[in-house]
Amino acid sequence: MGAWAVFKKEMRLYFTSPVAYVVFTFFLLIVGYFFYSIFAFYNLTSMQAAMNPAFARDLNITDAVMRPLFSNTGIILLFFMPMLTMRLFAEEKRSGTIELLLTFPVRDGEVLLGKFAAAAVLFLMLLGLTALYPAMVGYFTRVEWGPLLSGYLGLLLLGSSFLAVGVLVSSLTENQIVASFATFAILLGFWVIGWSGDLVGGNWRAVFQYLSILEHLDSFGRGVIDTKDVLYYLSVIALSLFLTLRALESKRWRG
Amino acid sequence: MIQVDRLTKQYGPVTAIRDVSFSIEKGGVVGFLGPNGAGKTTTMRILACFMPATGGTARVAGYDVFSQSLEVRRRIGYLPENVPLYGELTVAAYLDFAAEIKGVPRSDRKRRVAEVMDRCDLADVQHRLIGKLSKGYRQRVGLAQALVNDPDVLILDEPTIGLDPVQVAEIRALIKSLAGQHTVILSTHILPEVSMVCEGVIIINRGRIAAQGSLDRLAEEFFPTARVELHITGPAEAVGPALRQIPGVLRVEHQGTANGAGIYLVEAMRDRDVRAPIAQLVAERRWGLLELHQMGMSLEEVFLRVVAGEEYGAGT
Repeated sequence: MGAWAVFKKEMRLYFTSPVAYVVFTFFLLIVGYFFYSIFAFYNLTSMQAAMNPAFARDLNITDAVMRPLFSNTGIILLFFMPMLTMRLFAEEKRSGTIELLLTFPVRDGEVLLGKFAAAAVLFLMLLGLTALYPAMVGYFTRVEWGPLLSGYLGLLLLGSSFLAVGVLVSSLTENQIVASFATFAILLGFWVIGWSGDLVGGNWRAVFQYLSILEHLDSFGRGVIDTKDVLYYLSVIALSLFLTLRALESKRWRG
Repeated sequence: MIQVDRLTKQYGPVTAIRDVSFSIEKGGVVGFLGPNGAGKTTTMRILACFMPATGGTARVAGYDVFSQSLEVRRRIGYLPENVPLYGELTVAAYLDFAAEIKGVPRSDRKRRVAEVMDRCDLADVQHRLIGKLSKGYRQRVGLAQALVNDPDVLILDEPTIGLDPVQVAEIRALIKSLAGQHTVILSTHILPEVSMVCEGVIIINRGRIAAQGSLDRLAEEFFPTARVELHITGPAEAVGPALRQIPGVLRVEHQGTANGAGIYLVEAMRDRDVRAPIAQLVAERRWGLLELHQMGMSLEEVFLRVVAGEEYGAGT
């Protein structure tokens, strides 16, 4: 009940401000550009492969188009997701509306749920719009449904983790720009930590690679849904939301 | 309706309020009066369940603000000091949101929102964005939001601050009209506001309750005698003693002369009105009575006495 009211309010605010439109437009433009260049390159290699049957055997849409597209989309999400979450708590704190929100008869958890769900639904809409690109592939050739769907599941989990971290950071500051930038920096850190795995080697290499937030996306693109990866994203989401609740509680005590 | 018992709030080493206790009856309108920084907002935030107290208890509508916070929050309407609203929403959309989140059933929602818009005179601006409204309208949206769930208790933090005189009068009239069906606690540092709107007053200073009660009772407590100021033309050596002869008069002080008339301050028992006998006396003796007025009843003087008294007490 309370969460639903918060959800509707957040959706309304997304679409009465330019944020949703700007994010949608530029996200689709950039993903579209990547799709175009990956697909054009595939086109080119296909023509070369026509003359070399041995090479053509290993060429397929899933590996050559969809997988790179998914991993590129994951990186683009890293830039865009912080903009969907930066406002959620920071703006309420800056304008003081949090004081009214937290004295309405709803639990803090319901407020958080409503806000997170609004960001997640907006992200789902965004992801839904990118279905345009696989649809175009399907117009020309046969698409493998399994890897396509698991790839989207991977992006969904990845993007939701980004949103959860963004919500947490937004609850810690009153400044939207700080919220957006800090979220981006934290996510970037969680991406590049995988690279340092190569430097240390041994067991630490596995630890660093497991921590890397984009590393877990790859197998989804191949059509593999590994519980290890699903668990990783779910724990990032759960931990971030739990810490957000604690941050809200501490906000109450400090006033 | 509101029972506050030895409430204390500390922000780190700073004590905002200490051992604040008071209670407000159902249907009462009580002013919470104090200089800036006295602890009014802190107390109201605790009552509205925005923040927990460090010590003591508070019950609103029979529920504890800490352990039964959701029950309390269902029964209050709260207007924070700076009227924080979502500027990007229209008035109607915002009030609908407030009604829904405050648990007004779906079937009643439209009717309740229309009612509070009507009551707060918002119907004309219902499709405008809140961010584009004037301060007076924003204040009314804030009040409408507080009223939308028909709460038992209204907690209004400085409801008239920053408004022009016409708007102030409108808001005061609105609040006054709420008495009886709602219990209202409103904070202010504007003294006349309390005498105009409230039945009772709680004076807070430096985080402690300095005085509380009905306006009349406070006046009696701090001014046990009635005081009358007189300007009389006549021989000072005759006027003074003659005034002292009037039954009920306790003390007469000759304070000087102005325009050939002597200024006298007469202190008398509160239950005896000495003004008519004085006028009669002056007329009998054929002196001139240039001025006569009763003083010492205003809340302002009570307030100054309380606050100044505390400061004096703290200094010694």
